[in-house]
Amino acid sequence: MTATATTTRPARSGGALTGHLGDTLALAGRHLTHLRRSPGRLILVTMNPLVMLIAVGYLFRNSMQVPGHVAYEDFIMAGIAIQVGLTSVGPTAIGVALDLRHGLVDRFRSLPISPASVLVGRTLSDLFVGAVSLTAVSLAGLAVGWRPHEGALRTAAGFAVLLAFVYVMLWVGILLGTTQKNVEAIDGTGALVLVVFSFLSNAYVSVGGLPGWLRPVAEWNPVTSVITTCRRLWGNDPAGAAGTGFPAQHPGTVTAITLTALLVVAVLGSVRGFRRAVGR
Amino acid sequence: MSSSDIAILAEGLGKTYRSHTALHGIDLSVPAGTVLGVLGPNGAGKTTTVRILATLVQPSAGRATVAGHDVVRDSREVRRRIGLAGQYAAVDELLTGRENIVLLARLLRFGRRGAARRATELLERFELTEAADRPVGTYSGGMRRRLDLATCVIGEPEVLFLDEPTTGLDPTSRAVLWDIVRDLVAGGVTILLTTQYLEEADELADRIAVIDAGRVIAEGTPQSLKRQVGSEFLEVTVARPENLGDAVAALSGLGGRPPAVDEGARRVSVQLGPDGLDEVARAALALREKGVPLADFELRRPTLDDVFFDLTGTGRKEETQ
Repeated sequence: MTATATTTRPARSGGALTGHLGDTLALAGRHLTHLRRSPGRLILVTMNPLVMLIAVGYLFRNSMQVPGHVAYEDFIMAGIAIQVGLTSVGPTAIGVALDLRHGLVDRFRSLPISPASVLVGRTLSDLFVGAVSLTAVSLAGLAVGWRPHEGALRTAAGFAVLLAFVYVMLWVGILLGTTQKNVEAIDGTGALVLVVFSFLSNAYVSVGGLPGWLRPVAEWNPVTSVITTCRRLWGNDPAGAAGTGFPAQHPGTVTAITLTALLVVAVLGSVRGFRRAVGR
Repeated sequence: MSSSDIAILAEGLGKTYRSHTALHGIDLSVPAGTVLGVLGPNGAGKTTTVRILATLVQPSAGRATVAGHDVVRDSREVRRRIGLAGQYAAVDELLTGRENIVLLARLLRFGRRGAARRATELLERFELTEAADRPVGTYSGGMRRRLDLATCVIGEPEVLFLDEPTTGLDPTSRAVLWDIVRDLVAGGVTILLTTQYLEEADELADRIAVIDAGRVIAEGTPQSLKRQVGSEFLEVTVARPENLGDAVAALSGLGGRPPAVDEGARRVSVQLGPDGLDEVARAALALREKGVPLADFELRRPTLDDVFFDLTGTGRKEETQ
């Protein structure tokens, strides 16, 4: 080969792990640049919960009934915040599907990098988007009267749970994007996930207010456990809002188990879907 | 590696999908530093072949080595030595040209500063310096292709796969791209390029493999393939459509085959036999006796189009076999 090949290209240095990390960060950087050029994703992911906050927390506040002695602003905040995660599913899935369709992934795959870097890089940048919109939503919540009552540490712990939820939802989005080719179908599925998982939970009403046959579904909905965990960490939980079953008594445990299980399934499915989509 | 080496070797490559078989045993051998043109109609298996050689798809049968490494067992080693330009320019529209190159250079572990330097170098070489800091979404088709090619050669690959590199480009951009490809070959790169344009294969390729329905149906230099089709063609264009019949009558009996008629172009063509000059004279005489007014009367050497039609049977079904 030409002599330049050896002079311009440095040897691959460092361990495999730092190498993967560098690849992942470079790919995450790509998505952050996208965000700067076309901030639509950030706006969408932030606007959706904000609109719900205004609609539910302000317009409907007098028609909603909350058990116990908790202000409605306090009650709905956790339910609004999980929307950041649910809203992320669609855009992440579409981003992955478009990369696959436009041959960019082929290019990445023809490089000596790990396929996981491509997917993890995207989740990192999308997690950043999630964090930004969580911040915006919390500030808006504070403005309309939401207050955590359990001190800084437990407040922060609540946000950590929310970020974990967002991250798991991003992998659900990637699973959707690597297994579904049709972008319109992905868009519809994302919207359905948002509606079904937020309304079939205790986000806006207490589980006790749902029809009897739906109560177990809402109690076991992982979103309900996440919301209850946050409410308890923030001192925003009225008694009985999570229902009466096992998940209501141990929301932290149920959250940890369901999110871990969902993450494992989504990651394995995504890697498999990704390999298949490229190998087509 | 020395120039006598084989850079791409495929033996009996097969690919079966659930519902159909895309490749039925492809054999290819490309010496280092040369260009192989893979020619074939849509759906012939060109892209599948390239994707297997570029390690993106696993073959169902056969084996292949690229730059001395097995594409299945040593795919990582292969990936370090190849560049792939797929059918769609795989560039990120929201990033600038420079950012596209820097990103891929970093993935090739050039380091931050090395990546920036390489980007400047390549933007210059592919005449994209002026547009370097504009988002790729604003680029023309030709500029996108050039950027795509630039991103393929960041790591100085030994072997480049170009899958229909000029499809959809205007003639000027195509000529620019051809120059770039020739430059790369002069620098010692081995290239496998697929194309539907016979002219392109003729211009760039040292050897050509014609693929149809998942099989290599002919392989050789452009010259030898043209020779395979044989002697020259006599093409007569008549002034008015109603003269076509007379022209066909005048040309029939020449060469071995009946004349082909293109009504839209008012053209009759026939492949001449071994005593070509006599036949030309006979044709001219016959046309004058019938008083056919002519717009054109020319001898044409066989092109790769003729090779292609001859081999794949497209348009001349009854004469294959």
